[in-house]
Amino acid sequence: MITTDLTMALPEIFLACAATTLLLFGAFRGEQGASFISALSVAVLAIAFGLIFLGNRPEGVAFGGLFVVDAYGDYMKLVVLVAAGFGILMTQRFIEREGMDRFEIPVLMVLATLGMLMMISANDLMSLYVGLELQSLSLYVIAAIRRENLKSSEAGLKYFVLGALSSGMLLYGSSMVYGFTGATDFAVIGENLSVALSTGGVPEIGLIVGLVFICAAIAFKISAVPFHMWTPDVYEGAPTPVTAFFASAPKVAGITLFARILSDPFGSLVGEWQQIIVFVALASMILGSLAAIKQTNIKRLMAYSSIGNIGYALVGLAAGTQAGIEGLLIYMTIYIFMNMGTFACILSMRQKGTMVESIEDLKGLSKTSPLMAFALTVFMFSMAGIPPLAGFFGKYVVFAAAVDAGLTTLAVIGVLTSVIGAFYYLRIIKVMYFDEPTASFDKPIGGEMTLVLTVSSVFIVFFILFSSPIMDGAALAASALFAG
Amino acid sequence: MIIQALVFYVFAAVTIAAGLMVITARNPVHSVLFLILAFFNAAGLFVLMGAEFLAMILVVVYVGAVAVLFLFVVMMLDINVEKARQGFKKYLFIGGAVGLVLLVELVLILSSTVVSTDVSVVASVPIPSLDEVHNTRALGQVLYTKYVYLFEASGMILLVAMIGAIVLTLRKREGVRRQVIADQVNRSREEAVEIKKVSSGSGI
Repeated sequence: MITTDLTMALPEIFLACAATTLLLFGAFRGEQGASFISALSVAVLAIAFGLIFLGNRPEGVAFGGLFVVDAYGDYMKLVVLVAAGFGILMTQRFIEREGMDRFEIPVLMVLATLGMLMMISANDLMSLYVGLELQSLSLYVIAAIRRENLKSSEAGLKYFVLGALSSGMLLYGSSMVYGFTGATDFAVIGENLSVALSTGGVPEIGLIVGLVFICAAIAFKISAVPFHMWTPDVYEGAPTPVTAFFASAPKVAGITLFARILSDPFGSLVGEWQQIIVFVALASMILGSLAAIKQTNIKRLMAYSSIGNIGYALVGLAAGTQAGIEGLLIYMTIYIFMNMGTFACILSMRQKGTMVESIEDLKGLSKTSPLMAFALTVFMFSMAGIPPLAGFFGKYVVFAAAVDAGLTTLAVIGVLTSVIGAFYYLRIIKVMYFDEPTASFDKPIGGEMTLVLTVSSVFIVFFILFSSPIMDGAALAASALFAG
Repeated sequence: MIIQALVFYVFAAVTIAAGLMVITARNPVHSVLFLILAFFNAAGLFVLMGAEFLAMILVVVYVGAVAVLFLFVVMMLDINVEKARQGFKKYLFIGGAVGLVLLVELVLILSSTVVSTDVSVVASVPIPSLDEVHNTRALGQVLYTKYVYLFEASGMILLVAMIGAIVLTLRKREGVRRQVIADQVNRSREEAVEIKKVSSGSGI
């Protein structure tokens, strides 16, 4: 019994043991070990990836219903691990240059990843909460890691205070749900709800309030409007590779959790939560595209861009169908590659040894470093949703699912905002290609940046040719969520 | 029964009164002391419900650690209460309005809810009867077995909190004299002691 449970949670247990080992190793080696530990952390994530991808773990629930292993969770765990691995890879050189190479940073990133895997596998309100807290606490610390820098401290503090508030909302909502359904286990909640609804009852208003609180808390974690206020400040203040990490892996984990909790225990309340998700998706898409227009700092721009992207992904969830979830999975997969690629470009924006973050600094990049300009162009076109790049397919699948589910207005507004959004993505391309260069960026950009840039641009450009494994995986994952 | 009800009302009334005093007291140190009083009375309420473990934990953790930490922070930071209260009037209206809306919503929910007759049965299902096993043992029986996953996960959260506290506060300072036990032990008599002849009556 316990052996099966342990086998099912093997990737998580491995990550936990590896993180503590790395921590001890770092504590004994001191600060010299930082780059070695960073490399080891990437290896650890790669092994966890292998354990999920190749390991033939039994599916089902473990630990008395607290933990679930299914194709849906496995797919998203792989995406999270890729995003986190890229994130750690890009961090090391940056923190060395900035003189903040502390071995705790990669260890905390591994621990945050562990929290994300636990969130994805959560099958109970309690395990959801502990997973979410493990992730958030690690992220608060990483955001504030440059404590002598005013902006970084501000980012950490804002993130912490608002994050604690949202955790409070989550707990309050969970207690309401527990009170009105008598269970914390997702399966039991779902069962009790469908029994109560099938006997002709209407859902209790208190239960709806609890559901709304839970939705608000998770919307905060994935920075969906109207719970997005912290995002631009935190993204701008945190060290850039940390921002890259924030904008990818936690978003994937949060939205996975969102989709699971809404379709699994609250699947029978789809009429109640659909309107919330439609509103949140609309507001995120509109704000993400309009507010980004006047930004001059590229990190703030990426913050609004990530808010908009979460809006598009939520369109898939709003559909409430299997096709919608499938679209959501594909969208998030493509999103992390676009995001990681763009941040690899931003991290390479260095002039005479210091980071620059303004869009103006990209002037004439096509003349000074044509390859990087080309890669950034690919990412920007993809974000704008121009075929045949990957971003187009991501948007296409979620909008198609929304239209099929009868949410035509939502899909139309989504397409309109995506056209508005194209304006600021294309502006970056215009700055790179048609403005005269003022200064050139430092070269070389480093092996791992080249690797991340190459992998993500190849993925984006050739997605149209090799999309079938991802499409099939997402279809399998979505059907697993709707089967159980 | 009547005594139990009486004790309940005493504990509950003192808890609420102390809670009010926490937010109205002018001196922050008094606020913390009232907070401790509220914790003690809440612990009393737990004992009344037969949850003696929670009562003890509340006293040990909240009174013993958290409240004392609060006290330290309040005393060390020397918070200017009058300054912190400056915006009070300005935000009173909007804050009060939001609070009122929330209150009305909660009242509406509660008034529209019918409490099921078998609620006490449902609520007592996860708890073994007090005659069979006492509260502390009942918790111990599930904490490391049924909920081992959550227990271990909480351990990881505490580890992160510890790492965070160290990473964000530890500073490496130059020129700090540290104790090196090995050097102390290895010191020989020749390095440490010098014998001087002191001629009597003249001092050193």
